[in-house]
Amino acid sequence: MPDPVRQTAEAAVRDSYGKLLAFLVSRTGDVAGAEDALSDAFAAALAEWPGSGVPDNPRGWLATVARRKQLDQLRRGRTRRDATAHVVLLADEVDAARADPADIPDERLALMFVCAHRAIEPGVRAPLMLRTVLGLDTAAIASAFLVSPATMAQRLVRAKSRIKLAGIPFRVPDPDELHDRLEAVLDAIYAAFAAGWSDPAGTEIRRRDLAGEAIFLGRLLVSLLPGAAEALGLLALMLYAEARRGARRGPAGEYVPLAEQDPAAWDQAMIAEAETTLRRAGTMGVIGRFQLEAAVQSAHVVRRLTGRADWVAIERLYEALARLTGSPVVTINRAVAVAETSGPDTGLALLDTVADDPRVAQYQPFWAARAGLLARAGQSGPAADAYRRAIGLEPDPVVRAFLLRKMEDLT
Amino acid sequence: MQYLLMIYGNEAAMAAVTEAQGGKMLAAYGAYTEAMANAGVLQGGNRLRPTSASTTVKVADGKTTVLDGPYVETKEQLGGYYLIDVPDLDAALSWAERCPGASTGAVEVRPIWAM
Repeated sequence: MPDPVRQTAEAAVRDSYGKLLAFLVSRTGDVAGAEDALSDAFAAALAEWPGSGVPDNPRGWLATVARRKQLDQLRRGRTRRDATAHVVLLADEVDAARADPADIPDERLALMFVCAHRAIEPGVRAPLMLRTVLGLDTAAIASAFLVSPATMAQRLVRAKSRIKLAGIPFRVPDPDELHDRLEAVLDAIYAAFAAGWSDPAGTEIRRRDLAGEAIFLGRLLVSLLPGAAEALGLLALMLYAEARRGARRGPAGEYVPLAEQDPAAWDQAMIAEAETTLRRAGTMGVIGRFQLEAAVQSAHVVRRLTGRADWVAIERLYEALARLTGSPVVTINRAVAVAETSGPDTGLALLDTVADDPRVAQYQPFWAARAGLLARAGQSGPAADAYRRAIGLEPDPVVRAFLLRKMEDLT
Repeated sequence: MQYLLMIYGNEAAMAAVTEAQGGKMLAAYGAYTEAMANAGVLQGGNRLRPTSASTTVKVADGKTTVLDGPYVETKEQLGGYYLIDVPDLDAALSWAERCPGASTGAVEVRPIWAM
């Protein structure tokens, strides 16, 4: 088989995988069946195109063949529900015969809402979205989420079967519930980004790529739901973080905290896009967690222009975030900002307010923040104790080495 | 799609309710049942006697064992059910969250296996 044919077929699937799959799922509500139909269509393309030539509209060809495969699947099925679906599909075929095959409706937004449905376990929402909307293979998703391919495959199969059997509807939620439901979609995209971001050295290509895939999902969501301020906020947040990816490690691979990063190592174009995106969100008058977190990033990277992060703004933003989320993690970040504006003792007092929270005792950043503030307050003994706690809780050897150096620097 | 809404609750707590509380609960269930009937989704439903009235039967190697009590002894037991017919899971969940039993115990939503 000549290679160009395979390449054209692969390109047609890769470029429009999510669009094709979403379209197929929209007809039956069956993700696994739609995946099978699409891969059958792809196999048919590889078998037929070398002889017949590549069709003018490869995507339309694949959609048509995949639709027929779905009908075949239903003919084999015997349940009552499938019988109803069968009639729907047949009616659809009559319409399709008159329609332009290139004109596949974009149902990817509904597919994203299905993946992040509240009846789907939160931990599998991001993998499911990467698999169905982007067509990432299971092995790549598994390695990004640090589980075995077999485990990930099993989770995906279970989730897909739930979508079909539990009757999760394939549709974009009504405006009155859109806001609440969107949060789950945003969380899933952010979880995918975080999985890619947590490999700071960028040694694992699959995980690094995942951050890029999550940004792609963020852009897609923004294009499909242009009026959603928080979707813009999330996209801005991911772009700010991604822009600093290379600056997180020094020349010897050592950990460089945000405050010590060289702004010249940040991706200026990406920061500019983040700023524009965040401004657009700001004009919509609906504030939310992701916009606030993106604004914190914006106040940090202003250092590239002024030489100093805008700590007053950062403190206020964390205050707003704390009210919104009630999370002790936010309070820890706020304490660090307060220390910059009002001195380490005020920051330490704020840290003390969450010290009794059981979630904090095993949370490395709490101890690192506490150690840093104690050191600045001149209490080297307690600071060393806090660094020891932080070092004991940190899994990344590079960050451990950084904390160890800080501890040794105490006088 | 058809779904079974299974209402689970604490039987001991249920047995301890005062007459006034019981009256309120019945009124709430009455209104809820009526709302489902008005919406055209209700296909059936019943309240169950406590599991102290249950009898559990098992047959193994041709021998029948009859036990007094429920299959599984737990504090939370099935106390009633509704059978509804709605377009999808979202609709079923929105009925489940309105069920008075959802705020005192839990309501499990299970799709019926269509034959």
